[in-house]
Amino acid sequence: MELFTREQERIRWRSRRGLLEMDLILQRFLAQHLRTLSEPEIRAYDALLQLPDNDFLDFAMGRKTPEKAELIPVLEKIRQS
Amino acid sequence: MALPRQIFDTVIVGGGGSGLRAALQLAEAGNHVAVFSKVFPTRSHTVAAQGGIGASLGNMQEDHWLWHMYDTIKGSDYLGDQDAIEFMCRKAAEVVYELEHFGMPFDRNPDGTIYQRPFGGHSQNFGQRPVQRACAAADRTGHAMLHTLYQRNVRAHCQFFVEWMVLDLIRDYEGVVVGIVALEMETGQPMIFQAKSTILATGGAGRIYQSSTNAFINTGDGLGIAARAGIPLEDMEFWQFHPTGVAGAGVLITEAVRGEGGILLNSKGERFMERYAPTMKDLASRDVVSRAMDKEIKEGRGAGPEKDYVLLKLDHLGTEVINKRLPGILEIALKFANVDPTRDPIPVVPTCHYQMGGIPTNYYGQVVAPRGSSGSNEVVPGLYAIGECACVSVHGANRLGTNSLLDLLVFGKSAGDHVREWLKGNPQHRDLPQDAADRSLERLARLDNAESGENISEVAAAMRRTVQHHAGVFRTGKLLAEGVTKIQQVAERARNTAIKDKSRVFNTARIEALELENLVIVAEATLVAAEARTESRGAQAREDFKDRDDKNWLKHSLWYLEGSRLDYKPVNLQPLTVESFEPKVRVY
Repeated sequence: MELFTREQERIRWRSRRGLLEMDLILQRFLAQHLRTLSEPEIRAYDALLQLPDNDFLDFAMGRKTPEKAELIPVLEKIRQS
Repeated sequence: MALPRQIFDTVIVGGGGSGLRAALQLAEAGNHVAVFSKVFPTRSHTVAAQGGIGASLGNMQEDHWLWHMYDTIKGSDYLGDQDAIEFMCRKAAEVVYELEHFGMPFDRNPDGTIYQRPFGGHSQNFGQRPVQRACAAADRTGHAMLHTLYQRNVRAHCQFFVEWMVLDLIRDYEGVVVGIVALEMETGQPMIFQAKSTILATGGAGRIYQSSTNAFINTGDGLGIAARAGIPLEDMEFWQFHPTGVAGAGVLITEAVRGEGGILLNSKGERFMERYAPTMKDLASRDVVSRAMDKEIKEGRGAGPEKDYVLLKLDHLGTEVINKRLPGILEIALKFANVDPTRDPIPVVPTCHYQMGGIPTNYYGQVVAPRGSSGSNEVVPGLYAIGECACVSVHGANRLGTNSLLDLLVFGKSAGDHVREWLKGNPQHRDLPQDAADRSLERLARLDNAESGENISEVAAAMRRTVQHHAGVFRTGKLLAEGVTKIQQVAERARNTAIKDKSRVFNTARIEALELENLVIVAEATLVAAEARTESRGAQAREDFKDRDDKNWLKHSLWYLEGSRLDYKPVNLQPLTVESFEPKVRVY
């Protein structure tokens, strides 16, 4: 039996970052939400994972807001995790 | 089993600052280079470096590489090798100007020269007065450096293997390194990469500590790889700590908090720094504050249910001061300590930040190890190590601020240059030995076949607790000896781990099991070397041996995985062109 889907595993690995702060934030987010993310949320999260760590941290800490509206819902979950 | 194989001139393990700098030197010379990284290169831990790059450009006040050299040697508590330190400080300006030429967005002076900021320990004229020596790009120096170097490497057609985990070195029957075995995470497929030269650039192993500023990827893979190949690890007892990391998280609380009037309290609500440093109190130097905090915890006066942290109180400063002078602290405390610092104190512990020791090298980046007679420096042909995973040794027993990024640039470039020469003299690939991939395949087979065994995250937690408690800032012979026994038990458990997920595709459990093997090697090296060194020097502070002992301990430790054995080699006190800096009592 698959413990996680391979897609979830891939997301888990790509959530390993260069900044400790991001590791901690994303670890909490994944613990709460990984198994229940919708398709659009996974796509939005993938886009966030493409960001440089410092920019992602600014978004996750609420210091800045991304221009792309489709990123906001999953970013809200990250901020509140 | 025959594994698929690819062939390169040079393989570089690690895509952070030093790996990218070395890759660039080779790729721009037309060499066929492959860089392996567990994560996308611009998300390497170099991204976390904020302080700057130390170089005596003299843009602000008069400065000289010899003064930088003095500061570095004094900072190292005389354990740094003076040939390598002279080499680094003399090359500093050149590598900074090269980076500027590559497009690095340095902060500027009005006249267009690179702005240099002040930094602790940087002095003019051998400690007389402070000098501004740190070249930075706002608070994103490491980030800017990674992006600059990565773009340039792409242009030079360097080949990247992203999301690959390197497992082991391949050494032939004469001990020459002839390549690596690496695992592609996407497929779970191990492969052989045959190369004329191999560069380890995997960064530090700060994740051996429970409280660490290091990102999760910093698992000391290069150190594990080297140790398994019979290469010793040098000076692993020396780890740099920062006094105030958020307990349980590791995120740093800036020293500015104490500068603005924040104070440290133990579980009794006592302002304990008054006892340790009656004049400077909470503003005493980093090592004094860290040691006092750890001593309070070890003597049972820590706060919290486990009595394992102290409290940083700043609510008395008032919300207005906190918001105005310490922006960012409020959000860090809320996010990572779950505490509102305008009302409640922040739980903090001394937190591991930087690894001074590593794979022994000379200043060309060549890995050196004794062969036969003790204390000799014999080159391991075909193998290089650079950056935090290497021990050149320019940091000795303690690193001077801003020398980490400088180290990456200078020795990344130097290794690249040396490999170019090596390739000219060694134009052919050597044959792979019959057993090239055996060790790696055995490691993978063990994980694939184990039906039951130790849980990875439990063993990892036991390792981090042991290292934090027994090899923290406050060290005694008894604590360390107990720690050695405990870490050897942990190492035994790590040899008997099992994972439930046996899939090959993106199996993160398997990767974490392999990382744990590397971490545990580093943890054991740290405890064994620290226990043996019966003196206090730089970052190693022994409560039972409070003084530096140059008569017996002005030497580098070398730890071997086989038999967990220690050896030593002398410190190189002879610079390249100038007079030696003789050890003196270190006073700031």
